[in-house]
Amino acid sequence: MPKITMNINGRETSTEVENRTLLSTALRENLYLTGTHIGCDTSQCGACVVHVNGKAVKSCSVFAAELDGATVDTIEGQANADGSLNVIQQAFQDHHGLQCGFCTPGMVMSAAELLKVNPKPSEAEIRDYLEGNICRCTGYQGIVNAIMAASGQDVPSIAAE
Amino acid sequence: MYDFDLVIPTSVDEASTAMKADGAQALGGGQTLLPTMKQRLAAPETLVKLSGLSELVGVNAASGTLSIGGATTHGQVADEASAYPALAALAGNIGDPAVRNRGTIGGSIANNDPAACYPAGVLGSGATVVTNTREISADDYFVDLFETALEEGEIVTGVNFPIPDAANYQKFDQPASRFALVGVFVAKFGDTVRVAVTGASNGGVFRWSEAEAALNANFSADALEGLAVDAGDLISDLHGSAEYRAHLVGVLTRRAVQACS
Amino acid sequence: MPDGGIGAPTKRREDTRFLTGRGKYTDDFTPQNTSYCAFARSQVANGKINSVDMSAAAEMPGVLATFTGEDFVEVGGNPAGWAIVSRDGEPMKEPKRPVLAHGKVRHVGDAYAAVVAETLEQALDAVEAIEADIEELDAVIDMASAVAGSGSLVHDEIETNTCFDWGWIEDNRAATDEAIKAAPHVTTLELVNNRLVPNALEPRASIGEYDPGTGDYKLTTTSQNPHLSRLLIAAFVLGIPENKLTVLAPDVGGGFGSKIYHYSEEALVLAAAKKLGRPVKWTATRTESFLADAHGRDHVTKIELATEKDGTFIAFRTETMANVGAYLSNFATVTPTFLHGTLMAGNYTVPNVYVNVKAVFTNTAPVDAYRGAGRPEATYSLERVIDKCARELGMDPVEIRRKNFIKKDQYPYASAAGLEYDSGDYDALMDGLEKTADLAGFEARRAESAKNGKLRGLGINAYIEACGIAPSNLVGILGARVGLYDAATVRVNPTGNISVMVGAHSHGQGHETAFPQIVADMLGVDALSVDIVHGDTSKIPFGMGTYGSRSLAVCGSAVFRATEKIIVKATAIAAHMLEDKPENIEFNDGVFSIKGTNKNVGFGDVALKAYIPHDYPIEELEPGLEETAFYDPANFTYPSGAYASEVEVDPETGKVTICSMVALDDFGVVVNPMIVTGQVQGGLAQGIGQALLENSVYDKNGQLLSGSLMDYAMPRADDLPNLVVDHSHATRCTHNPIGSKGCGEAGAIGSPPTIVNAVVDALVRGGHDVDHIDMPVSPSRVWAAMNK
Ligand SMILES: Cc1cc2nc3c(=O)[nH]c(=O)nc-3n(C[C@H](O)[C@H](O)[C@H](O)COP(=O)(O)OP(=O)(O)OC[C@H]3O[C@@H](n4cnc5c(N)ncnc54)[C@H](O)[C@@H]3O)c2cc1C
Ligand code: FES
Ligand code: FES
Repeated sequence: MPKITMNINGRETSTEVENRTLLSTALRENLYLTGTHIGCDTSQCGACVVHVNGKAVKSCSVFAAELDGATVDTIEGQANADGSLNVIQQAFQDHHGLQCGFCTPGMVMSAAELLKVNPKPSEAEIRDYLEGNICRCTGYQGIVNAIMAASGQDVPSIAAE
Repeated sequence: MYDFDLVIPTSVDEASTAMKADGAQALGGGQTLLPTMKQRLAAPETLVKLSGLSELVGVNAASGTLSIGGATTHGQVADEASAYPALAALAGNIGDPAVRNRGTIGGSIANNDPAACYPAGVLGSGATVVTNTREISADDYFVDLFETALEEGEIVTGVNFPIPDAANYQKFDQPASRFALVGVFVAKFGDTVRVAVTGASNGGVFRWSEAEAALNANFSADALEGLAVDAGDLISDLHGSAEYRAHLVGVLTRRAVQACS
Repeated sequence: MPDGGIGAPTKRREDTRFLTGRGKYTDDFTPQNTSYCAFARSQVANGKINSVDMSAAAEMPGVLATFTGEDFVEVGGNPAGWAIVSRDGEPMKEPKRPVLAHGKVRHVGDAYAAVVAETLEQALDAVEAIEADIEELDAVIDMASAVAGSGSLVHDEIETNTCFDWGWIEDNRAATDEAIKAAPHVTTLELVNNRLVPNALEPRASIGEYDPGTGDYKLTTTSQNPHLSRLLIAAFVLGIPENKLTVLAPDVGGGFGSKIYHYSEEALVLAAAKKLGRPVKWTATRTESFLADAHGRDHVTKIELATEKDGTFIAFRTETMANVGAYLSNFATVTPTFLHGTLMAGNYTVPNVYVNVKAVFTNTAPVDAYRGAGRPEATYSLERVIDKCARELGMDPVEIRRKNFIKKDQYPYASAAGLEYDSGDYDALMDGLEKTADLAGFEARRAESAKNGKLRGLGINAYIEACGIAPSNLVGILGARVGLYDAATVRVNPTGNISVMVGAHSHGQGHETAFPQIVADMLGVDALSVDIVHGDTSKIPFGMGTYGSRSLAVCGSAVFRATEKIIVKATAIAAHMLEDKPENIEFNDGVFSIKGTNKNVGFGDVALKAYIPHDYPIEELEPGLEETAFYDPANFTYPSGAYASEVEVDPETGKVTICSMVALDDFGVVVNPMIVTGQVQGGLAQGIGQALLENSVYDKNGQLLSGSLMDYAMPRADDLPNLVVDHSHATRCTHNPIGSKGCGEAGAIGSPPTIVNAVVDALVRGGHDVDHIDMPVSPSRVWAAMNK
């Protein structure tokens, strides 16, 4: 079995995989990084999104063996160094951007890429960017609000008047 | 998923050699191939990884032609094909950002999904598909759904697009997959207009020649008045009847022409 | 209100683990030495199993065990939880639902064999090596022909495809028929409530474990109600003694009903774990979810509304065929009956209501409760036929509803469909809606849309639902085979912090944050000193779990009652410490004091005293400070609302864009408004999804055409507008101690008719002769309606 080395969340990490091992499987089963979730088998739900070499990728749709030497960032590496929630994570909590939490890791990773390429997205741009991330719980409103807030923009108060 | 051998070549030559093995198959961005392999619907013995091969990656515009390397991602085309805005827009509207970060033009046109976007762009532009062995004109390249002129082991190394005076791609999303329920690509080169339709036909992407003739004579939406594709050859499924698709072809073609002028 | 008490929009504590990737869902557990299970599922909708030869599969590398239906003929079946009696007095038909199909396969995806192997890939390889001879038979798919009985039978032994033919209220049938015959105006509408796939984002998963040393079993599974699953497995399916089975439902990634039920895969991993003495894990692929999760809705309905000329309602009469699929899932029989028929008076003072429901077996996946369960079907039928009636009578859709609303001074109100609504104020909701949705400004917005070549429409409707299921005595009379109370244990620890063990399960609803708000409010302690324990039958009292928007109204009430008991006992302890009588002690903000004095003792000191009972009236009082309450509700609760939506239709393509969605709901007392807002928004997305996008479709041979996310359209962020939610127009629930009604399903119940009303309105205003379009109102259907 090929042995691959990746920089995962800032640490050089080696593991043995089969050629057919998906990145998501390597993360979840070899490395116990179970924050990356599997919600579908057709590459559509986005629960598995991580960053590979700085870009959002569906980890269920790439082979680990292709990624020897790559840098991979997952939800487990997103918090601030002191363990507190980063700006996006905090905004998700503040604006009720999650319920069951299953889509959340992928949402946060997609949001992170969005804000990298577009630091002040409009609401429509946010909705469009999240095309590959399905959430069955929130109706997306809290998620959209969270991303607006994380980019320093105003959002309507979420509590009822 | 069945296991396979993985070859990670460092040049197109190496890749070409590796592709000669029995049961070898190219691996582009994997955005189509991996889901298929997960369902155990494909069982390649060897995958030859093309994505990331620097020879196959890039977007270059020179003397009226836009050349895109076969392993260039949709995302890179969306960002860099400013010389051909309609094509950049097409690429930027394929799937979602994560899919665009992996999926490649070579993979898309090698797969030739009847609902895919690039085939409309390639055929509508009259582009040339470049492989490791030859050049194939778009008109000869797309054969049938999921079928192209590629031979066993042949690699799409690039696509050369002549840059039109005006072009536009109109995509009407299938509500679930967000592939094209119908997509129409219109490109105008001087007095010649090409109209390519994806998503609609049981035979895959096709040119709507009646519309082309009408538009050659008069490049305006009005010229399309009364024209309709024959619903008989079109796809009917739970997302839309053949009649509905035929209707959409007309609407989208008109809109594309309007967007060109 | 103390900080973080009832009414505070407290941020959710559970978010920290979910946002950092540290949630623990079933598939995240891999006990040492885990083996993996894969299922062989039928490719045909109806087939006779001539033979299933596992010998080649058993020889495959890594295979540890194989199973077929033969292995489970001696054990029980997965039962229906509610017995329905037909109009003629006959009990419903209840064919056995075995762990693995035996004799026949009855829907595409019906599991008939299973393999356990060292790795998942080996298990999948072995499944491919199974040699099954399954003879395809004609499938029964369409309900009308299933009932007509001309073709095949789904279950030969019951000799019919009709599970039951139910009338509600049968004694009202003749009067309703008469009233309709005599009425000056009758509006008739035939509609389909489309079949849906719940698609919680986390696919189902189960891990069975068995300890040969103790004989203890453990099932870690994606469940909304671990005790119910344990009961079913123990009492009906496998016969494992309840005390030998722990069911653990850890973090669960959404349920929406689909994870209420016990499924065969759970039984199989337990049986396999016992056989192998090793953990056995199964995780569904999304494809398996589509094929083998319980689907929702799937009614074909004819509804009639009889009115006076002025729009006063005289009668509603409904005839529905409800698909139950190939087997009865646990709540399949109550969903189209008591959760649907009893709501058919809506928010209205209509005197006559009669509902007939035929439940039909077909060769499709089982159908059961999905978010709303019966009430969305009722609301949709009512609010669509009312809209059609208003148009026929030339009345405004708001006016016709107001004319017939139950008025706020009429509560408690006995509806013509047999329920007693305790509270509500539908006019206030409609007043609020007119303002918040700016109904007066619609015409200007329509003109603006028209300028852009778009047809704009406005849809409004009301809804009422029944949740907080349910009084056990009542449901017992109606056929329920379980009680529907819930339970909570409040354990004050010696150091004063508090653990609350609850029967409800949280899979997105935020119980870990909201339930402590109740306890904190009552005890005057910091909410963060209260923790909720849920999902583990070895730790929590026997409760019925989370569904039907019942967690707060029922389990929350149990928490409330248990906390009351804590206060009573703590007061007695405090009285002893303060050397006075309990009746002289008052308890405010966490402090016990002698009335009218400044002699007092804090809650923490009382807790410590309870556990270190020195100088303690041990003769009169037990040590410890832990109380359990079982709460059995006195009635259902009746959330209600008024919804409005504006849509634009592209007249060239039929594409519908939702411009606005406004939901005003009355949930009674709201404990955490932030969470409630999120629950409504999520429900709205599912309701809009049903109306606009989602559809589970089988072809005539029973192949699932919408069997993946490529063909089953899930709502995405860009399908939805800003979801405006307001729950400030509240009337208190009169019969539970918190005053809450439940909010989990409202959005999914209220919104489908809003959207369809709006689309029909847009087309009619655009000059099209259209009075109905079935859901989902996809572009192709809207286009077809415009061009018929
Ligand atoms: C969620 C989702 C949404 C999508 N939406 C759209 C959409 O809206 N429109 C659209 O057009 N597409 C869509 N796609 C498909 C996407 O564009 C794929 O990226 C593309 O079809 C395949 O490209 P790939 O590089 O990923 O190819 P792969 O999956 O790696 O390969 C596909 C096929 O092409 C072959 N192949 C790959 N590269 C080459 C090459 N250079 N030469 C010869 N053969 C090659 C492979 O052997 C394989 O048979 C979507 C995909 C997903 C997962
Ligand atoms: S699990 Fe990767 S997209 Fe669904
Ligand atoms: S929070 Fe449950 S799927 Fe998004």
